[in-house]
Amino acid sequence: MSTPLEVEPSGAGAATDHDLVAPGQAIEGRSLGQIAWRRLKRDKIAMAGGCFVILLVLVAIFAPVIVKYLGSPPDQFHQDLIDTKGGTLLPLGKFGGMSWDHLMGLEPQNGRDIFSRVVYGARISLLIAILATAVSVFIGTTLGAVAGFLGGVTDAIISRLMDMFLAFPLLVFALALAGVFPDEAFGLSGNGLRISLLVFIIGFFNWPYIGRIIRGQTLSLRHREFVDAARSLGAKRGYIMFTELLPNLVAPILVYSTLLIPTNILFEAALSFLGVGIRPPTPSWGGMLSDAVVYYTVPHFMLWPGLAIFATVLAFNLFGDGLRDALDPRAR
Amino acid sequence: MVAYLIRRLLATIGLLFVVSVITFSIFFLVPKWAGATPDSMATRYVGRTATADVVHQTAVRLGFTDPFYVQYADWAKGLVAGRDFDMGTSIEHCPAPCLGYSFITAQPVLPDLLDRFTVTFSLAIGAAVIWVTAGISIGVLSALKRGSLVDRFSMVIALAGVSMPIFWTGLIALSFFSYRWGITAVGGAYTPFTQNPALWAWDLMLPWVTLALLFSAQYARLTRAGMLETMNEDYIRTARAKGLRERTVVTKHGLRGALTPLLTIFGLDFGLLIGGAVLTESAFGLNGLGKYAVDGIRANDLPKILGVTLFAALFVVIANLIVDLLYAVVDPRVRTK
Repeated sequence: MSTPLEVEPSGAGAATDHDLVAPGQAIEGRSLGQIAWRRLKRDKIAMAGGCFVILLVLVAIFAPVIVKYLGSPPDQFHQDLIDTKGGTLLPLGKFGGMSWDHLMGLEPQNGRDIFSRVVYGARISLLIAILATAVSVFIGTTLGAVAGFLGGVTDAIISRLMDMFLAFPLLVFALALAGVFPDEAFGLSGNGLRISLLVFIIGFFNWPYIGRIIRGQTLSLRHREFVDAARSLGAKRGYIMFTELLPNLVAPILVYSTLLIPTNILFEAALSFLGVGIRPPTPSWGGMLSDAVVYYTVPHFMLWPGLAIFATVLAFNLFGDGLRDALDPRAR
Repeated sequence: MVAYLIRRLLATIGLLFVVSVITFSIFFLVPKWAGATPDSMATRYVGRTATADVVHQTAVRLGFTDPFYVQYADWAKGLVAGRDFDMGTSIEHCPAPCLGYSFITAQPVLPDLLDRFTVTFSLAIGAAVIWVTAGISIGVLSALKRGSLVDRFSMVIALAGVSMPIFWTGLIALSFFSYRWGITAVGGAYTPFTQNPALWAWDLMLPWVTLALLFSAQYARLTRAGMLETMNEDYIRTARAKGLRERTVVTKHGLRGALTPLLTIFGLDFGLLIGGAVLTESAFGLNGLGKYAVDGIRANDLPKILGVTLFAALFVVIANLIVDLLYAVVDPRVRTK
C-alpha cells in the first residue's frame, strides 16, 4: 500500500532488460520511459486492455459514423418491431429482437436500437470519467504535494481532511448533491449542466485517493539529495515543487489516473442508474440499466449496457495494473 | 485508556457535526447558490394546485425562510433536547434524540431509520462472513502458489469481480436465479431474523453472494499482496528455521502479519456498508438504509437524508473504533507503543 513508487529501475527489473540485447550488439542507453514501454509491451494482458481502451475511445469519437452504418439513430423509435398486439411491449423476434439491422436488439416499449445507444453511451461514460479524473488528479496532486512538501500543520489539516473524505458515505452525498441541483443554473441547462455537474461531483469526491499517494511520494522525495542540492543553491519552494518534485511524480500520477478512470466510470453509471445522472433521452449505460429494471424477467436488455460497463472497466483496470508493474517493477 | 476514549468521543462529535453541516449546506446553500428561493423550494412539498399563500406558509413552517444557521440550530437542538413541530393543524412534540419529521409523509425519521437498519445490517453481516472467508482463502492460496495456474486464474477472476457494477450483477442474478430458475427468493423479499432465521438467510442469500463477490475479489487481491510481503519477512524465516510445520508458519505467523492491515480496510468497508448499501439495496429492492436515503433524495426530503448521513457517519466511526481496539489484540507491536 504505502510502498513508494520508484521510477528508477533497480535490481531485477533492469537486469532482465539487458538480457534482451543480442550478443555482439552495442549496448545503447535507454531512457526510463523506453524501459517502462519495453516492459509494458511484454505484458500481453495489459496491452490487450490498452488496445481495448483505444478502440473504445475511437468508438466514442466516431459514434455517429458507426451508428450510420451499423444501426439506426439512438433516439429513433421502431414501434413496428414491438409486440403491441400481445400487450407485452417486448420486441418481436428472438433474443430481444436481435437482427442485422439491430445488432443488440431493441428496447421494449419504444423500440430504440440498443447497439447505437450503447455506442453513444460510451461518449458520455468516457467523457465524464476522464474529465472527472482530471479534476481529482488536479486537486489530489496539488493538495497531496503541498501536504507532503510543507509538512507540519498544513500536512495535519490536509491529511485529516483526506481521512474524513475516505470515511464518508460518499455515494449518498454525491446523490444528494446531484439531486438538489435545479435544471438550470450558472447559465447552463440540460445535459451540458448535468455533465459538468457530474464531472465536478465525481472529481471532487475522489481526490483523496490520489492525494494520499502523492503525499506519500512527496514525503519520500523531499529529503533526497537533489532536493537538498536545489535548496542549498537557493531555490524557492515553488521552484522545488514544480521543477524538482513534479517530474518525479509523473509516474504515480499516470498510474493512478489510469486506475481512477474505471472507478469513475462505475461512479457515473451508479449515479445514472439511481436517476440523478444524465437525463434521458441522452443514452448512458447506467440510465439504460435503470430503464431495464422494469423488464427484470428478460435479462436481455440489461445485458448489453452492463457488459459495456464491465468490459470498459476491466480494460482500464488491466491496463492500469500493467502500467504500474511496468513503471514500478518492485510492486509485484 | 480513559483519555483515549474521551479523545475519540470528541473526534466523533466533531465528525458528526461536520457531516450534518455538509448535508445541510448541500440541501440549502447549493440550491440558493443556484438561484432557488424559500418559496420555490417549498413548492415541492405542497400539492400541484396550491396557492402562493399556501406555498409561503409551508416555507415558513418548514423553516426555509430562516437563515441557514437558525435552521441548523433548530435541527441540532432537536437532536440534543427534543423539539416541538408545527404540523400545520397540530403541534407535535418530538423527544430527544429527535431527527425531525419527514417533509413529505410527516412521519418521525428515527423509528424508520432503526427499522431500516436491521435490514441493512442483516445484508452486511451475511455478506461480510462470505467475503472474508472466500477472499482471504483465495488470496492465501494464490500467494502460496504464486505464478501457478490457480493464482493467475483467481487473480483474473478477482479483477473481473471488481470491474462489475454491483447493481448489474444483482439484476442479472435476480433475473436468472429468481425469475427464470426459481432457486432463490424474489427481489425485495425479507424476513426478520427474529421471526424465522432460516427464511431470513434464504431471502438474503442472493444479495449476500452478489455483494460478497465484489468484496471478496478486492480482499483476495489485498490478501495476496499482503501474504507475498509477509512471507519474505525475517520472522517467517526464523519460524521455518526453528522447525515449525509449514502450515503453522503460514497460518500463525504469515497470515497474522498479512491480515492486520486488512482489518483496517474491513472496518471502513463494513462501517460504510451498514450506513447504507445504496446500490445493492436498490438493485434487490431491499428496504434498508441505502434505499431510504435514495428515496429521501428523490423526494428532496431533508430530514430523511440528514438522518441517514448522520447514521452512516456514526457507523463508520464505531466500526473504526472497534478495529482500533482489535488491532491491539491482533498485533502485539501496537500494544507496546
